[in-house]
Amino acid sequence: MIRDITIGQYYPTNSMIHRLDPRFKIIGTFIYILSLFLVKHFYGYLIALLFIGVVIGISKVPLKFILRGLRAIFIIIILTVTLNIFFTSGDTPLITIGRVVITQEGLYTAAFMAARLIMLIIGSSLLTLTTSPIQLTDGIEKLLKPLSRIKVPAHEIAMMMTIALRFIPILLEETDKIMKAQMARGADFDTGGLIKKAKNMVPLLVPLFISAFRRADDLALAMEARCYRGGEGRTRMKELRYKRRDTVAFGVTVVYVAILVLV
Amino acid sequence: MAEIVHARGLTYKYEMLNEVGDVERSHIAINAVDLEVNEGEFVAILGHNGSGKSTMAKHINALLKPTEGTLYIKGMDTKNEENVWDVRQTAGMVFQNPDNQIIATIVEEDVAFGPENLGIEPKIIRNRVKEALNVVEMEGYRKHSPNKLSGGQKQRIAIAGVIAMKPQCIVLDEPTAMLDPSGRKEVIDTITQLNKKEGITIILITHYMEEAIKADRVIVMDEGKIALKGTPKQVFSKVKLMKELGLDVPQVTELAYMLKEGGLDISQEILTIKEMVDALCPLN
Repeated sequence: MIRDITIGQYYPTNSMIHRLDPRFKIIGTFIYILSLFLVKHFYGYLIALLFIGVVIGISKVPLKFILRGLRAIFIIIILTVTLNIFFTSGDTPLITIGRVVITQEGLYTAAFMAARLIMLIIGSSLLTLTTSPIQLTDGIEKLLKPLSRIKVPAHEIAMMMTIALRFIPILLEETDKIMKAQMARGADFDTGGLIKKAKNMVPLLVPLFISAFRRADDLALAMEARCYRGGEGRTRMKELRYKRRDTVAFGVTVVYVAILVLV
Repeated sequence: MAEIVHARGLTYKYEMLNEVGDVERSHIAINAVDLEVNEGEFVAILGHNGSGKSTMAKHINALLKPTEGTLYIKGMDTKNEENVWDVRQTAGMVFQNPDNQIIATIVEEDVAFGPENLGIEPKIIRNRVKEALNVVEMEGYRKHSPNKLSGGQKQRIAIAGVIAMKPQCIVLDEPTAMLDPSGRKEVIDTITQLNKKEGITIILITHYMEEAIKADRVIVMDEGKIALKGTPKQVFSKVKLMKELGLDVPQVTELAYMLKEGGLDISQEILTIKEMVDALCPLN
């Protein structure tokens, strides 16, 4: 049951977007997110929608997958919309029920904010859908590298992410196993209030932590045995290289931002 | 033949420190061991839990440094800090739990981990990864996630990860202890292949007697000392001594021992069923 959770929902299709350099994809996503905050009118969103629509089209990721990401933030969108409808002050009241006044400005802001949120989520989920976790960590490592001069541990951060990704399924499986073992001995994880439930988690978490630490110990030893000594002097089998398609993609992004700013 | 492992008076003490940092109690895990392993040999180290065999393995990979005595790996003193990385590259190590020694989320990335640490050029790493996966017959799983593989397959990936570093010697610390019988067979077959075809020195730590039979030489450890050594036949024929050390011998060997006790004139150096059949029915 617990194993059904998917993290880093990568959707492999080997499309043009998938093959782009992860570094560019990360930067591109940031540019896209920033561009959404530059938008002043609804036309801007139409341009952004067109842009992201084309990208989704090229990526060959089914729309269903992308919209699935929206489900998780559905409540947040609803909340934003209601708050904006009821609490935006404006001059043109549309409906008045007792003390509650819904203004035209309120409706407008609500729709505006909802559009921004939805586009934000679509854009960032497209990054994880088209970039494998390994590429993502590689990209982050390379992007953070200049910062290692000011003591940002770029390689270490990337290595931690890689190891975390590797051990997520193992630890989930282990959680499942411990849970079943405790349930077999009469443990109850499902009933009771929040506090009781939290208390019931203790017999699950303690063995899980012990096992995680033991695994960490083993892994450290195994890494040392294979001559791991930090990022210095290390090479990579797969090197990231900018290709022409990355330049083209960069150009397209710049044009998109330019249009957005000019409109 | 050149020696790859050379230990003289090798001693290791585990020390438990109390809060102030004084030694509270110490335990001698290895006690003045002399050991030589030649290049291309297949040596099995046997012993019950706590006999010091795992500690011994960690010394060969320079994960532990001797408290007393010396250990040379291909002429390099493991006590010398400068040699540590060369020692680890010369003598690779495979551990017991297959899950806890795979680092990357894709098979080929994991095999590349060792060579990447050595700072080898990407192109050469690629070739080595391919070769290593070929040797362990896992080339079809290059792009797979290790999570989906069986225990035996994971352990073969771990072996490939070591081979990709081009070691001359591989130390395997109970590599089959957590596997099912078919996984165990896969791993042992791979190890034997490595030894026979690639000429890599194998030091196999195990408590399965059937695995030790395949070795050129067997070393039995007890209480941090070498209790017995010799060819599998020589070691396993000492049934009584092995039992005293808390170890088993192969079933047929025990049968031969019991037959002899019962008054039958039969060789004590029987390790396989076939040898037993030949001894009992000489006309066949």
